[in-house]
Amino acid sequence: MKKANRNEFIWGWLFILPTMIGLLVLNIIPIFQTIYQSFFKTGDFGKGNIFIGLDNYSRLIQDDAVWQSLINTIKYAVIEVPFSVIIGLLAAVLLNRKMRGRTVFRTIFFLPMVMAPAAVAMVWRWMYNSKFGLLNFLLGKIGLGPVNWISDPKIAIISIAVVGIWSVIGYNMILFLAGLQEIPRDYYEAAEIDGASPVRQFFQITIPLISPTMFFVCITRVIAAFQIFDLVFMMMDTTNSALPKAQTLSYLFYKYSFMQNNKGYGSAIVILLLALILVITFVQMKIEKHVNYE
Amino acid sequence: MKDSKKRTKILIYLIMCIGAVVMIVPFIWMILTAFKTPTEATSLNPFVFFPRKWKLDAFIDAWSKMDFIKLYLNTILMIVGRVICAVVTATMAGYAFGRLNFKGKNFAFSLVLFQMMVPPQIFIIPQYLIVNKLGLLNTTFSLVFPGLVSAFGTFLLRQSFKSLPKDLEEAARLDGCNIGQTFLHIMMPLAKSNMVALGIFTAIFAYKDLMWPLVANTEQSSMPLSSALAKLQGQFQANYPQLMAAALISCILIVVIYLIFQRQFIEGIATSGGKL
Repeated sequence: MKKANRNEFIWGWLFILPTMIGLLVLNIIPIFQTIYQSFFKTGDFGKGNIFIGLDNYSRLIQDDAVWQSLINTIKYAVIEVPFSVIIGLLAAVLLNRKMRGRTVFRTIFFLPMVMAPAAVAMVWRWMYNSKFGLLNFLLGKIGLGPVNWISDPKIAIISIAVVGIWSVIGYNMILFLAGLQEIPRDYYEAAEIDGASPVRQFFQITIPLISPTMFFVCITRVIAAFQIFDLVFMMMDTTNSALPKAQTLSYLFYKYSFMQNNKGYGSAIVILLLALILVITFVQMKIEKHVNYE
Repeated sequence: MKDSKKRTKILIYLIMCIGAVVMIVPFIWMILTAFKTPTEATSLNPFVFFPRKWKLDAFIDAWSKMDFIKLYLNTILMIVGRVICAVVTATMAGYAFGRLNFKGKNFAFSLVLFQMMVPPQIFIIPQYLIVNKLGLLNTTFSLVFPGLVSAFGTFLLRQSFKSLPKDLEEAARLDGCNIGQTFLHIMMPLAKSNMVALGIFTAIFAYKDLMWPLVANTEQSSMPLSSALAKLQGQFQANYPQLMAAALISCILIVVIYLIFQRQFIEGIATSGGKL
């Protein structure tokens, strides 16, 4: 028995060793390095690091751009998550039956997921073009607009969130379809015999039984939405005057760390992002316990 | 009763068709624009929906301005590298975490879970500094680097190994297989579908990765498609047909692969994404 234990110990560590070394070098140590970096200022012209203690953090607290980008990030999440979840669920419920064209619909809805975000952002930016864009042309046809989709500071982040919704509906739909498949068909058959309408079935059977999936999708979407970078980076030029009202925390991190080469301040911003996401995760765990033990 | 059922059916089709149209319009618009002349693309009176003559000029220009073959090669190498690394390391680790008992396992696994909770942006500066120190920026290695191991994949494969029945493994051990042989010949084949799912998941997200390639591979010739497209946008300014042609060239291969293997893609995402 002793020998078997040792055997398992050796094999076990042998198997996890590549992953653990990778995790340590790529992830665990970098977390501490980033925290460490956030106490430094990167010298001018790339000259070494200068220790400045908590200065990056006190600057962060006083930096209106950071607070504004936090608001932008939250706005993005508040728009993207509910719409993409509800539309994704609706599409999944409608597709969760034997019907002709099911595969075609599924394939089309999921298509944005296999596109590079750069390409997605480019085509949307072109459709959003205030002068020649498709959207303003269509609006003009019904006597509205033109709207400055991404150059109006009031709506730029909403326009970006719309692209985010469009990009992720298919993904959510697939996860919901997988969840729906686990609900036994007899529930619906019994409900049908009792004469419950499809709408009633949806609220009385589907919603309660899909809630674990729903919860999961919401949380992963919220966390992903808080990290949104590519759409903002691609759709908002640095010269766009609406940028301050549309840049997200992740974008600001990239801007300071790699465009302005102040890795210290960039690190402080990403630590703020980390703190936010850990709070979300913590709240999620609390709610999950509550839901699961109910 | 029958009538109302028919009506519901028609209504569902109607909703789905509207949804499908909304989803597909950007693609159509991308394709239509790519075949227009710049004048047609920015003509307002009359607004041009369909190109009067389908021209390939934009594709030819885009192709001559960007070395798409090299970009595709970089992208494919990045994807293949990340997929192989992630699947191999995660399958091994997943097996150990799911099926073996050994000292330090719980602590090691808690590190895996911790990594999954942390936003990946936090790793980027140190990872950049490491690759920079190694003098390997602007290489295939730097593109693969953040994906050498996969905490999420480890978690996914652990779940999959954990759900397998015990008797097969015990039978193999009684037949004299050691743990390595049991893993390789008995257990790993049973986890194949999850390995494939992880591979597809890794491939899609490697292809979509933007921030890391922007940071690590700044030389045009070493970029993958995603960041090359991002840089391109600044260069082509307002030549919309060329921009759309470039975007189309960049997407077409993976879209075609997706259309052929759409079932595998979607199942892969459903099994892996559902456990993220």
